[in-house]
Amino acid sequence: MLKIKVKILILFCLLLFNSTVQAKNPSELIVEIVDKASSILSGNATDDEKITQLNEIAENSVDIKGIGFYTLGKFRKNISSEEQDRYADLFRKYFLKSFSSRLVTYTDPKINVISEKVINEKYTIVNSVLVATEKRPEVKIDWRVYTKNPDKPLIRDLIVEGLSLARTQKEEFKSVIQNNNNDINALFKTLEDFINK
Amino acid sequence: MKKYLILLFLSLLITFNAHSSSDGTNEISKKSSGEVKDCFESLNRGIFAFNQALDTLIIEPVAKGYRYLPKPIRNGTSNVLNNISLVVTIPNNILQGDIKVAGKNSARFILNSTIGILGFFDPATKIGLNDYVKEDWGQTLGAWGVGEGCYIVLPVLGPSTLRDASASLVNYSGGNAWYNITVDEDTHYFSDFDYYASRGLTGVDFRAKNIESFDNLEANSLDFYASVKSLYLQDRKKKIFNSDEIIETLDDSDWEEIDN
Repeated sequence: MLKIKVKILILFCLLLFNSTVQAKNPSELIVEIVDKASSILSGNATDDEKITQLNEIAENSVDIKGIGFYTLGKFRKNISSEEQDRYADLFRKYFLKSFSSRLVTYTDPKINVISEKVINEKYTIVNSVLVATEKRPEVKIDWRVYTKNPDKPLIRDLIVEGLSLARTQKEEFKSVIQNNNNDINALFKTLEDFINK
Repeated sequence: MKKYLILLFLSLLITFNAHSSSDGTNEISKKSSGEVKDCFESLNRGIFAFNQALDTLIIEPVAKGYRYLPKPIRNGTSNVLNNISLVVTIPNNILQGDIKVAGKNSARFILNSTIGILGFFDPATKIGLNDYVKEDWGQTLGAWGVGEGCYIVLPVLGPSTLRDASASLVNYSGGNAWYNITVDEDTHYFSDFDYYASRGLTGVDFRAKNIESFDNLEANSLDFYASVKSLYLQDRKKKIFNSDEIIETLDDSDWEEIDN
């Protein structure tokens, strides 16, 4: 009986330790992924290896599915569940390709987290700056972090100098659909072309 | 006579502008997040393509060459251009009711134009007159509640709105002291060339600071025209708010639905 109790206690401690390790506040999340990305980008791996590692970071820390459906806007309501699944799959591939190819051109980006502001129980904005280099000035980057599940905060938007990338992407997708007679397949085709290029 | 014609044209455009905002309603609140209509999209896309070709052939190569200049020279050029822009910013600070900021910017202008040798150096920042934010006539109209009107793309100059483009005409009817002493009046000290060179340099300086960002955006856009339009309109809204706070995504109800 004692052995069972000890085992239960150990299991409980392990679970507690595990959840403590995983729980992090939004600023810690950003510092962690920035450090990881920086170490990958400044490392000696090939571009393909870097892209694979960056994609792993994105899949663990970004709410790709949530951003995808936000980006689809009002059109989300008019498509079937099969089309939603197809879109989610295409968007994930599109996002990862776009995300890693944007980053891989930077060799050693230095991002300093400055502060954070809790908007409400679901969102916290983490303020950071991309340190200036010889070629470009300092850039303010704010991260919109979704905190509904405090144990697993997820990034939902990047706001560069006050400009929201999610919103820009949403308006871009809307433009593609509207310029093709509101046909969602045109967006699918455009996403496929981007993924395969 | 020319000034009166410009003012008449401006007032007509602003009137038209106030009635042409999204969904047929007047966006008289600067806090409005209404969508800006792209009334002339086909024409705009044509001009956008022309501007892109111009950028590829001339502006980007010049901007890349400009980057080879030593950093102190580039910083000095940026400082001079910022200093010149103050002659438009200060009256707009006043018109927007930001008297304290107008005073601060006036002190900045006097200090940098004299001790800073025509603005090449920036002693004002060193003594705490920092955080300079440019203002223009379009921002003032926005702050007064005039809606953007339709989105337009101007040849060479790029993205704008009917409000902003029409408001910029004030620069040519006495509202820009730099234009007045270079182009409008023969002061014997400056010529037309100085004005147009400063405008050109402003464009090159901006482009040189954003070469990678533009390339990155273009390479990762599904519709580059739509991306530039979105970024321009967000940027204008942010400047009119005069706030570092984040403007929430256009329609947060979309996020709400995803949350649920």
